[in-house]
Amino acid sequence: MKFGVIVFPGSNCDHDCYHVVKHVFKQDAEFVWHKESRLASYDCLILPGGFSYGDYLRPGAIGKFSPIMKEVRRFACDGGLILGICNGFQVLLETDLLPGAMMRNRSLKFICKDLYLRLEEDDTPFTNRGRVGDVLKMPIAHFDGNYFVDDKTLQELEENHQILFRYCDHNGDVTTDANPNGALRNIAGICNRERNILGMMPHPERCSESILGNEDGRLIFESIIDSGVGIR
Amino acid sequence: MLARIYVTLKKGVLDPQGKAVQHSLESLGYDKVRDVRLGKYMEVKLDYSGAGESEPIVREMCEKLLANPVIEDYRFEITEE
Repeated sequence: MKFGVIVFPGSNCDHDCYHVVKHVFKQDAEFVWHKESRLASYDCLILPGGFSYGDYLRPGAIGKFSPIMKEVRRFACDGGLILGICNGFQVLLETDLLPGAMMRNRSLKFICKDLYLRLEEDDTPFTNRGRVGDVLKMPIAHFDGNYFVDDKTLQELEENHQILFRYCDHNGDVTTDANPNGALRNIAGICNRERNILGMMPHPERCSESILGNEDGRLIFESIIDSGVGIR
Repeated sequence: MLARIYVTLKKGVLDPQGKAVQHSLESLGYDKVRDVRLGKYMEVKLDYSGAGESEPIVREMCEKLLANPVIEDYRFEITEE
């Protein structure tokens, strides 16, 4: 499978993502600079974490107008797989490829820690290696992860089974105490209706190797590679 | 022309920063503070010849970039510099 990792000025998880797909999973991978206006043929694009454009104005707000985003949009419409992690998720929200918006964490603090996620859907190209109810440990590292969306869209997300991950405790119980940032209904990751775009705040690329002490993130990459859905 | 643009969180959207400032004001003894909402203030200088000409452009700027319509409202005034 061929991955493209989009690099914005201020991206800082781009190399981690590249490393994981290229060296851990032995897939083809390339960096794609945000100024590019043409996209080579890829099976999956990763929008990595970081601080694109220094988070100026709002996280992801300016990255949305990078030349490459036009191509990313076209890639999405053609059914290509897109994984947005943390700031990548924020860019996808600002670009309207996913619904909703990120607000400052309820605690007004930057939170960097391991926590638990409950897998809510296993029939997507990003989660097919898991089972509903699986509990995954993953790190988060963000200031703006307080997911918000209007009631009507929230209802649609629930009805269309677009919520893939919720923050939970180590038993898998989705509780208020397990919600690190105030996100509506403990939402940590959502996909679009067509299920080819995933945005998530936790960082699977930081927990996909035994040397890092946690391999729970592998599920995401293994699912993508297994799915074949993105291979066109 | 000068556009003064105010971007605020929508009514009903919890504003954690506003709440923190409110609590701080209360702890200073200002006990009649009912609510605090934080927002952004921007000044945009424009080479258009009048408020009428500038207005639809500024509106478009707000919709496209300066405010996020999911969580934010905006308002603006346009004056001579």
